[in-house]
Amino acid sequence: MPELQRNFKVKFNDFMKAGDVSIQIQSILKAIGFDPDLIRRVSVCAYESEMNVVMHGGDGDVSLIVGPKDITVHVRDDGPGIENTEQAFQEGYSTATHEHREMGFGAGMGLPNIKKSADTVEVNSKKGKGTHLKISFNVE
Amino acid sequence: MTRDKKPYMKLADIKETLRAEVIVGQDKLDLPVETGCASDLMSDLLRGPTNGAVLLTGLNNIQVIRTSVISGVVAVILIRDKKPMPEMTSLAVEHGLPILSTPFTMFSSCGRLFNKGLRGVE
Repeated sequence: MPELQRNFKVKFNDFMKAGDVSIQIQSILKAIGFDPDLIRRVSVCAYESEMNVVMHGGDGDVSLIVGPKDITVHVRDDGPGIENTEQAFQEGYSTATHEHREMGFGAGMGLPNIKKSADTVEVNSKKGKGTHLKISFNVE
Repeated sequence: MTRDKKPYMKLADIKETLRAEVIVGQDKLDLPVETGCASDLMSDLLRGPTNGAVLLTGLNNIQVIRTSVISGVVAVILIRDKKPMPEMTSLAVEHGLPILSTPFTMFSSCGRLFNKGLRGVE
């Protein structure tokens, strides 16, 4: 049984709101009183994933699950899916548009940053079938 | 320039060094800033460790504020006299994040702060 679960909606192409869900997640974790470094790692992963949904994924949702020994963030979208997962995790590989780059994103660091910050990352994606990212963190 | 041997600058020192205008955070000039980072790439910031750092950027959109909040940046300096959009200002006020605007370029801003003893995030 999770100690806490929160679900959020993320809207495709809504750059004015993009990142808002991750800031809410950060606030929840701060209120619980987790270690600042852990909060930063979870927030960064949530934010990179949220931006991926806004930029590439189509509409999606984010769930935060806080358990006794771990924190898990699920990010699901109904977008075009990732064609080559291995390539998507390579630093610098990007399918971003000019508009995304103007926003300061699209450097091909999203998934690599998530991998670096999380304890485990599972990607379930098929072309045309959307993407599900499960990002987990151990709580000591 | 030292506090318990740990180097830092107050936001007021940064304001003076960069001849900056305070757009948000006039009441936060006593804020200690431990390190600096400079980027227009938000994913570079998210790579950390930027907790407690000041951000110098030429990027002027609302994601600068959200990325700063997520990555623990304590103040944003917009270079080349850029002024934030109203929605950036209100989000920064909401999160208590100071925004300053300097007439200097990115290179000169970094050089001036480095010269005063501020070091980069490593």
